[in-house]
Amino acid sequence: FSTSATFDLPVDFKGHLCEPPPQQAEATKEELLEYHKNMFLIRRMEIAADGEYKARNIRGFCHLYDGQEAIAQGIEAAFTREDDVITTYRCHGMALVRGSSVQAIFEELLGFRNGVSRGKGGSMHMYNKSSNFYGGAAIVGAQVPIGAGLGFSHKYRRENESDKMNVSIAMYGDGSANQGQVWEAANMAALWKLPVIFACENNEYGMGTSVNRSSYITEYYKQGNTIPGIFIDGMDVLAVREGMKFVKDYCGSGNGPMYVELKTYRYHGHSMSDPGISYRTRDEVTNVRQSRDPIELVKKRLVEAGFSTEDELKEIEKALRKEVQDALKAAKESSVPDDSELATDIYTTGKKMGDGPRLESEMPSVVRMPDITNNLHY
Amino acid sequence: TKMSVREALNTALLEEMERDKDVYVMGEEVDKYDGAYKVTKGLGKKFEGRIIDTPITEMGFTGLAVGSAYKGLRPVVEFMTFNFAMQAIDQIINSAAKQLYMTAGTCNVPIVFRGPNGAAAGVGAQHSQCFGAWYGSVPGLKVFMPYSSEDAKGMLKAAIRDPNPVVVLEHELMYGTEFEMSEEAMSSDFTVPFGKAKIEREGTDLTIVTMSRSVKFALEAADELAKDGVKAEVINLRCIRPLDKETIIKSVIKTNRLMTVEEGWPQHGIGSEILSTVFESEAFDYLDAPAIRVTGADVPMAYATNLEKLSLPGTEDIIRTAKRITERKM
Repeated sequence: FSTSATFDLPVDFKGHLCEPPPQQAEATKEELLEYHKNMFLIRRMEIAADGEYKARNIRGFCHLYDGQEAIAQGIEAAFTREDDVITTYRCHGMALVRGSSVQAIFEELLGFRNGVSRGKGGSMHMYNKSSNFYGGAAIVGAQVPIGAGLGFSHKYRRENESDKMNVSIAMYGDGSANQGQVWEAANMAALWKLPVIFACENNEYGMGTSVNRSSYITEYYKQGNTIPGIFIDGMDVLAVREGMKFVKDYCGSGNGPMYVELKTYRYHGHSMSDPGISYRTRDEVTNVRQSRDPIELVKKRLVEAGFSTEDELKEIEKALRKEVQDALKAAKESSVPDDSELATDIYTTGKKMGDGPRLESEMPSVVRMPDITNNLHY
Repeated sequence: TKMSVREALNTALLEEMERDKDVYVMGEEVDKYDGAYKVTKGLGKKFEGRIIDTPITEMGFTGLAVGSAYKGLRPVVEFMTFNFAMQAIDQIINSAAKQLYMTAGTCNVPIVFRGPNGAAAGVGAQHSQCFGAWYGSVPGLKVFMPYSSEDAKGMLKAAIRDPNPVVVLEHELMYGTEFEMSEEAMSSDFTVPFGKAKIEREGTDLTIVTMSRSVKFALEAADELAKDGVKAEVINLRCIRPLDKETIIKSVIKTNRLMTVEEGWPQHGIGSEILSTVFESEAFDYLDAPAIRVTGADVPMAYATNLEKLSLPGTEDIIRTAKRITERKM
């Protein structure tokens, strides 16, 4: 059979002040298998993280992304690594699709030396500058103006006005959508026609507050007022990909920003201290899992197009589960950073350190320690 | 050559923008209006698209500038006054100062935050405040507080060239003040180093550590004290982070007496930090009298002339305190 097939997208795009893209998407077997693989890895990684957190191996805040996998994967499929991504503290999935390994993510969660941020960031602070992934920002809403600034740099550096620009996506949740600085950034992005996508991942709850209890306008793709927007089914990776291609094309062509609402659902509670059932029912969660699961949708398409059999997918998933377990095991064999890392990376000389992405530290002349007799570099 | 602090800052921007096309200025009224304090005068015409007027949305444009610095641009963010930067302080600290650390040294933020700081004249509580202690306490930031035109030019240029986030706290009442510029300071290569204080006046009897506009009062007081035979050493800190502890400690060992002068509030202030630094050092044993902080009064700034004057340290306060310190024998 053909290696590519056309799929109907079951949930309609909706356009605000624009014509939405068509309700169909073409995908190859390889593409679908790749999406399935990454989304399943995220799913298993988050489930494993849940376990490690409960076993007290992961500390602090930990926000899991299972249920929302199609968004990270769909965006990545529509973008190149020259396009910028900044997202919220719920960043494990985005970190993975932007190139970090499962093991490096686990190590960061454990606070270990070879973690994505060498143990200095934690769950909420994962970055990958070499693939233009800027976090992992843990102050609700603050990443949105930063995302606009990433887009600003493309406009600033554009040589000819007709040149197509790379874009930046500033992702935020429904809980941050009403932060004042979101609009501050959108206003400037529209005024200066910056190639910025304002993307709201609407998972229906900001912590335990449902959209209806927090937002006057719950159609987030319309929150840009006269800035156009589209609504995308965030549970369908092909819809996310097609929608994002459409938005990237619009914003990268110098038309200014666009708002996007990605309707999704988070299976876990807000963070690890939240069982996720005081403000919603178990039935609601079960119902989403059964009717809208993003991974099941990819599998269904693979089978229906004749690209894979259910047995083959079972085998693939079995191997992926093992991959995640092996990565976790390897991560746990690592260890915390050297104590000497305490005072590195506060200031930099700006020079590169070796071939890697790390910059040389400019060591402060003194680092005041709790015990003055024990000051560093003094 | 004489040059006002305003001209010195303008020259610094001009030279650095000519030197590096990644440098741009962003802020309210910086382009068409020439800057609320005219620091960016004429630059908008010279550098098209690089002097950028923003809407009055500090949090938004500061975050936007920080984002562009993640990408390697070198924004100079002008705050119309640092009082307004409180709206953006999350972006300055959480998004700029901590970024290099959180990214384990992979994402530096070459950005400058600058604008008038401290007391102005008759503008009341919300427009008169020193933020030195605030920014001076943050690891990841470097903080300059210029006094003279030479300071202003060399510090702003050093700040723009630095790969880290730098806060330059200029003094609102000093922009129009003219200073003699040395030949060295007139050069386009001139920069002021971070973490190096400048001894503005040498002395043997008392160390006065100060910064920004208060340097002027300290120098005036030193002139008066000299008439009574008290030779005060006046240290212009220049950079409050990193702090030049060495110069302070050496001076105190020489003079055996210490006073700090600042406009900011006393509690948890820059003076408190300097005194603590000396107390924790070998210089403590050399002190012949208690060290004293001269600071802004512990009150919000009033509008009335007399109350405003009472709130701020001036030459007389320094002289009085100096006498108290030098008369005391231990």
